[in-house]
Amino acid sequence: MPAVSKGDGMRGLAVFISDIRNCKSKEAEIKRINKELANIRSKFKGDKALDGYSKKKYVCKLLFIFLLGHDIDFGHMEAVNLLSSNKYTEKQIGYLFISVLVNSNSELIRLINNAIKNDLSSRNPTFMCLALHCIANVGSREMAEAFASEIPRILVAGDTMDSVKQSAALCLLRLYKTSPDLVLMGEWTSRVVHLLNDQHMGVVTAAISLITCLSQKNPDEFKTCVSLAVSRLSRIVSSASTDLQDYTYYFVPAPWLSCKLLRLLQCYPPPEDGAVKGRLVECLETILNKAQEPPKSKKVQHSNAKNAILFEAISLIIHYDSEPNLLVRACNQLGQFLQHRETNLRYLALESMCTLASSEFSHEAVKTHIETVINALKTERDVSVRQRAADLLYAMCDRSNAKQIVAEMLSYLETADYSIREEMVLKVAILAEKYAVDYSWYVDTILNLIRIAGDYVSEEVWYRVIQIVINRDDVQGYAAKTVFEALQAPACHENMVKVGGYILGEFGNLIAGDPRSSPLVQFNLLHSKFHLCSVPTRALLLSAYIKFINLFPETKTTIQEVLRCDSQIRNSDVELQQRAVEYLKLSSIASTDVLATVLEEMPPFPERESSILAKLKKKKGPGAVSVTELEDNKREGGELNGGADRGPDSAAMAAKNRPMSNFSTHCHSGKITNNR
Amino acid sequence: MRFMLLFSRQGKLRLQKWYTATAERDKKKMVRDLMQIVLARKPKMCSFLEWRDLKIVYKRYASLYFCCAVEEQDNELITLEVIHRFVELLDKYFGSVCELDIIFNFEKAYFILDEFLMGGEIQDTSKKSVLKAIEQSDLLRIYFNKADA
Repeated sequence: MPAVSKGDGMRGLAVFISDIRNCKSKEAEIKRINKELANIRSKFKGDKALDGYSKKKYVCKLLFIFLLGHDIDFGHMEAVNLLSSNKYTEKQIGYLFISVLVNSNSELIRLINNAIKNDLSSRNPTFMCLALHCIANVGSREMAEAFASEIPRILVAGDTMDSVKQSAALCLLRLYKTSPDLVLMGEWTSRVVHLLNDQHMGVVTAAISLITCLSQKNPDEFKTCVSLAVSRLSRIVSSASTDLQDYTYYFVPAPWLSCKLLRLLQCYPPPEDGAVKGRLVECLETILNKAQEPPKSKKVQHSNAKNAILFEAISLIIHYDSEPNLLVRACNQLGQFLQHRETNLRYLALESMCTLASSEFSHEAVKTHIETVINALKTERDVSVRQRAADLLYAMCDRSNAKQIVAEMLSYLETADYSIREEMVLKVAILAEKYAVDYSWYVDTILNLIRIAGDYVSEEVWYRVIQIVINRDDVQGYAAKTVFEALQAPACHENMVKVGGYILGEFGNLIAGDPRSSPLVQFNLLHSKFHLCSVPTRALLLSAYIKFINLFPETKTTIQEVLRCDSQIRNSDVELQQRAVEYLKLSSIASTDVLATVLEEMPPFPERESSILAKLKKKKGPGAVSVTELEDNKREGGELNGGADRGPDSAAMAAKNRPMSNFSTHCHSGKITNNR
Repeated sequence: MRFMLLFSRQGKLRLQKWYTATAERDKKKMVRDLMQIVLARKPKMCSFLEWRDLKIVYKRYASLYFCCAVEEQDNELITLEVIHRFVELLDKYFGSVCELDIIFNFEKAYFILDEFLMGGEIQDTSKKSVLKAIEQSDLLRIYFNKADA
């Protein structure tokens, strides 16, 4: 292991690196670096021009210092000068420097682009590759503007060397990713597709990456690639391991190429041509078959490469979602992996199954593995694997297993990592609502959520439970009772107080008959938590109190005394003060009829898209929640509105219940339910 | 691939290659964040994890962690093998590579990586081809150095 290899090392650099490593402290390191920086600065400014070798050495030192984490604000000019050297090593270091320390000085950019242009037209393949590399590494807008039309030409020109073609393809890919508007489709596109048939596998590999990206935005332009890709894949998959020589990796033929071909095919729907489709299905079946064969090598590289292809093939099968036979086989294969020794495979199997779960052909097959997945959730040591198991449970949930899955997720939540709790809460809330047949189960679940992970229960979740309770007559009594019991706990979460306060305010009358939950008991229970709560919760509780006065006239004096005290009517928070003062006044001047009208029970909420789903989507990205889920929720929303008498013109009913606009805004919408 | 990091168990960054334009400040933060997460993981845990909107694939070779960030739809297992291939190339070039080689010849490590990956994508998967390209540059280096002298 030579410290300086291949006889061309820069001794000065090696010495400098040694010095830095020998520094005993951060201060010593900084001191040494500053000394060197001063040295380099003076050399750069010096009267005699530096020779190429020295320039290269100093630029390299600057690069090293930068990579250690210190800022460098000079050296760019010297690096750019190196670009025009004819010596390969000097050019190389120059390009490396400017790729790492990108500078937006327009003068420098102009010089850099010039150097690149010279190298591109030099007809020297090594220089061309260096230049292409630099463009690919930096990929700035200015470079795209300068070279976006040149690169495709180089790519498809007949006399371009293979190594340059490779570089050109990937360079173009980078430019397209950063400045797609500057890479215009042209006659080069059909020739690029034909690169798929190139002799040189490296060119094919690079071309596929390019085509995969381009075809996502311009599918029609590149659709001829599908049949070419299928035949290439078929040739690789059916080849013996000795055929592809250099491109065989631990006895697996061209794994990278195979994976890329399979990825490319995922950009398009299944091939329409029967022959092509048939060949592809055969390919996929071969890949699935190979997975069952004994391995040709014990090395993990062999199995990783083989399985990489397998997983990509399964992704393709899932993407097509049209061959039930293949889907079921894929599911079975993944099922085997779920219990594999290797953690990586279990992780990937759980991940893949998630997508499989949403396909109607394989949904049932996925469900058969529920016990294994629950077991994984409980026993896997790796938190990332446990999280995948939780995701899969969410994906495979339906009417038949909802209760079981929600129960498992709740118990997982008790010990889950803090970073994933919010997401878990959202998911449990969504499942509980979507698959509730019995709404008392739903109410229990949400209250459990608040009890277990109160901090992570966002507003959307507890708003929702209140909306549902308001909209469903059959669960109101149960909700009141359960919430009352939950509030008895000595330390209950503030969200529980919010939910409890609201529900008791609306439906406390349903349990007031029992002496254990008489009106005064309810009030005292709520008020005992009052001083522990934040301002918004207290505001909610005040509204609950005035509703109590309406529901239970016998509590009027007690509650009025509370409202009257200084801490309420002279509270420093404007909202609390206003509420206390106005509610106190309302309770004293309004007749019972008026009070009853103003504080009438909340009308049912009109149906909207579930905000919980929207929040989950925002958290995880659009892929996490399929559109069909959202549609389902919209349709099922009708069920929320209990019986037939609570129809869709709840808005009209709401209007009727508000004779006095300013008071009613306090009681009905506005503060509590965010005015939706 | 979005980026690749090589760091030691003590949290010293030995190589960083970024394949998308990122502000220096953000790079530093991401590196710190990720190093903390990966170094905290135990040996038997799996090589993949989710981080922000990316997938992280990592593997430890002797005292160095090789850590890649790939997109949501990329294949994790093949990325593991990309890492392995890179290690094989370093090994062949330096002759039984160790961390010191990468420290003292950091610019060569970058050159080898550049021959192998471009813009985050694999250029050529044939070990022979890549090594040949690297050797050619070396020959050029030596030729020019001789011309120098």
